[in-house]
Amino acid sequence: MAEAPKIPDEAETRARWGSFAWTDENQVKANEILGRYPKGREQSASIPFLDLAQRQVGAETQTQGWLPVPVIEFVARQIGVPYMRVYEVVTFYTMFNLAPVGRYHVQVCGTTPCMLRGSDDVLAACKNRGLVKGGTTPDGMFTLTEVECLGTCANAPMVQINDDNFEDLDYDKTTEILEALASGGTPTPGPQFGRRASCPEGGPTSLKAMVDANHDYRGEWA
Amino acid sequence: MPLVKVDGVEIEVPQGATVLQACELAGKEIPRFCYHERLSIAGNCRMCLVEVKPGPPKPQASCALPAADKQEIFTNSPMVKNAREGIMEFLLINHPLDCPICDQGGECDLQDQSVAYGRGHSRYDENKRAVTEKYMGPIVKTVMTRCIQCTRCIRFAEEVSGVEEIGAIFRGEDMQITSYLENAVKSELSGNVVDLCPVGALTSKPYAFEARPWELRKTLTIDVMDAVGTNIRLDSRGRQVLRCVPRINEDVNEEWATDKTRHAIDGLVRRRLDKPYVRVNGKLQPATWDEAFAAIKAVDAGSSVAAVAGDLVDCETMYAAKALLAKMGSTMLEGRQTGMAYDASNIAAVNFNTTIAGTERADAILLVGTNLRWEAPLVNTRVRKAIKKGAKVFAIGPETELTYKVEWLGDDLALLGNLPDAVTEAFGKAERPMVIVGGAALKGGHGAALKLVDTLGLVKDGWNGFNVVHMAASRMGGLMLGYAQTGGIADVMGAKLGFFLGADEVDFSQFAGFKVFVGHHGDKGAAAADVILPGVTYAEKSGTWVNLEGRVQRGERAVFAPGDARDDWSIFRALSDTLGHTLPFDSFEGLREEMFAAVPALRHQALATFEWNPPSLGGAGEGVLAGYPIKDFYLTNAICRASPTMQRCSAELLHGEDFAEAAE
Repeated sequence: MAEAPKIPDEAETRARWGSFAWTDENQVKANEILGRYPKGREQSASIPFLDLAQRQVGAETQTQGWLPVPVIEFVARQIGVPYMRVYEVVTFYTMFNLAPVGRYHVQVCGTTPCMLRGSDDVLAACKNRGLVKGGTTPDGMFTLTEVECLGTCANAPMVQINDDNFEDLDYDKTTEILEALASGGTPTPGPQFGRRASCPEGGPTSLKAMVDANHDYRGEWA
Repeated sequence: MPLVKVDGVEIEVPQGATVLQACELAGKEIPRFCYHERLSIAGNCRMCLVEVKPGPPKPQASCALPAADKQEIFTNSPMVKNAREGIMEFLLINHPLDCPICDQGGECDLQDQSVAYGRGHSRYDENKRAVTEKYMGPIVKTVMTRCIQCTRCIRFAEEVSGVEEIGAIFRGEDMQITSYLENAVKSELSGNVVDLCPVGALTSKPYAFEARPWELRKTLTIDVMDAVGTNIRLDSRGRQVLRCVPRINEDVNEEWATDKTRHAIDGLVRRRLDKPYVRVNGKLQPATWDEAFAAIKAVDAGSSVAAVAGDLVDCETMYAAKALLAKMGSTMLEGRQTGMAYDASNIAAVNFNTTIAGTERADAILLVGTNLRWEAPLVNTRVRKAIKKGAKVFAIGPETELTYKVEWLGDDLALLGNLPDAVTEAFGKAERPMVIVGGAALKGGHGAALKLVDTLGLVKDGWNGFNVVHMAASRMGGLMLGYAQTGGIADVMGAKLGFFLGADEVDFSQFAGFKVFVGHHGDKGAAAADVILPGVTYAEKSGTWVNLEGRVQRGERAVFAPGDARDDWSIFRALSDTLGHTLPFDSFEGLREEMFAAVPALRHQALATFEWNPPSLGGAGEGVLAGYPIKDFYLTNAICRASPTMQRCSAELLHGEDFAEAAE
């Protein structure tokens, strides 16, 4: 069953966020964003504005940020379109959070390549750390979501935590990252067993002569 | 013009036509859900698939594909049949099998098309998706599980009504149609999404579980809620009108109707006057017709008799009253109940000369003291169309939301004699300029507005850009029949005997004579009357109405009146006997013939032509407009004031009372 939309449009949300406005710093960014689009096409700024607003809410609440209804309406007023048009955008993209999230939004990919490479272990690590799918931990640290492909299949399994991807995970590495985050550390994003980007595991398996210098293979072609 | 072949038959189609339109021109029926002639093309239901050569070897959505020269289109090939069956099967996967309890049953596109193009069975035995109901206000009931996401309602809200409060949230299988935060949709045209919805997802809330379409007797008539003259069909069962839906008339209402037109009908069975009353010792007492007539005869008014026409009456009623007054020696006829006294010596000067359909072609529009959205919502949609084609709109009057972008000039009528440069510049460049004068401005600005005809060049060959918006269905017919005194209603207030034809807006304290109310609803007019003669509503009589552009239209009787109520014309015929001034007609046809002889323009159901010969009125536009005549769109006449649906619309949509349904 399609879930009934849960719109936190209560009086307290209105009271807390009703006076939302850009910070001075974000006002500069907003002007810059709006300047990218021709006059009369302000609606194009919907997504960048929503992202900026979500980040500002995040900064204010010490979380990844979310979009309360008054903030959505603020964005709509900024670009002069009906509230509904912006609200549609917010609900369409999963990157926009419709409910408050924790300090770290842990998005575990569970699509086929990640699942084959062990995303179940990643999820188990999260679960054992106390994270619940779709919920936030009581200390407000982590929100766990299972998501569809985030496009890092070559480095599966992976999680996206706020703006960073953590790749090549297993149970232990996931636990390590979560612990590090929980204790205020900043674990290094990217592949977790030392390779660079999606280079082959254990060094190159082909074109080995190219590792140190450019090499002309053409003479060796049969 | 592209020459295409549809199922082997060659046909030439207009430039820019789609493949679907080409098929229709060739007489082929193409099933569709999301495509609608009056909305933009979405192409998301895929029901209109056809095979097209040359092209990729797969079916094409014909609604979104332009017809090209030498195209071969197949609408009944095996590929097309398969494609339609497949699409239908997918659409039905998540559609509930609740036709027996669905209000759309019997007039449902999905039902009809699954019979015609479906497979007859489903291979899907998983669970169906269910979607929660959405609140959309007092007019639209939702059962969103039935929604097939054609997005017609969203496109209507955005493109026609201009109230962008309906949208699709979430995506893919979770996509749901809803109003913004499930608030009531604040549009006076929201009822149209019910007609647009091809399935039973959006149905009419007041009509919920009332009737099946095949039980209803359908009568074609004319709406009287405003002066637009919307062509409607009244669906009735037994003695009650259960539903009102618009008919297609490109010149008047296209295929839309306002919520008031559609849903005031539940007022037809409430607060009705069903027997005569006579005031005895200051109190209205039920009486027989004879007693009521005797009471009127006893007044012995001589020729001091007046008739005031209400907003809803037809020309026949007005003519019958006029004929009786003529016999008695009086011409004290007036229809402008609220005291308007604009010069009506030349009807063209108070007519909507551009015509409703012509409004679309205007390229510069000046609104003077009119809240078009409430005074004539279906003219407002035409203005929106004109804007889409590039028209510029200015307005004089208090600022209000008209659903489109307007440049407000201020609310002082003196502006008419001293228009800002931006206006004169825009009108100078315009080929088809248009001025629309509303009731608020007629008092102090009629003369000044008429002067604009020359200064802005409104009248030219084949184009008359001077327009007055009336708000009463009876107004134009009344003016043609002479229901206008030089001094307005003040001129008739001195009569000893007054006939009030459903006139509820009169200031009765100013009328000292004997008041006879001939009408159908117990409203202000009946409360003030000395004698009440129960008449019939627009649904219960055949009649002629003239809309604001001078279009003569006739409606038919849908149901019979309650109790002792009689056709208004026959009341005057019977009364004329008692008063000793017997009217010369004995039948409705006889009355009509006489009326046609008196006003020939009423004979033909067509646009009446009025000679353009505006009076030269002095005055340079005086006064500041404090507001518009209509204070509450949903409660403008006795019928809607008696309607629970309209009362609720007024309370919820205009006065912000909270009716949102409790969570289940």
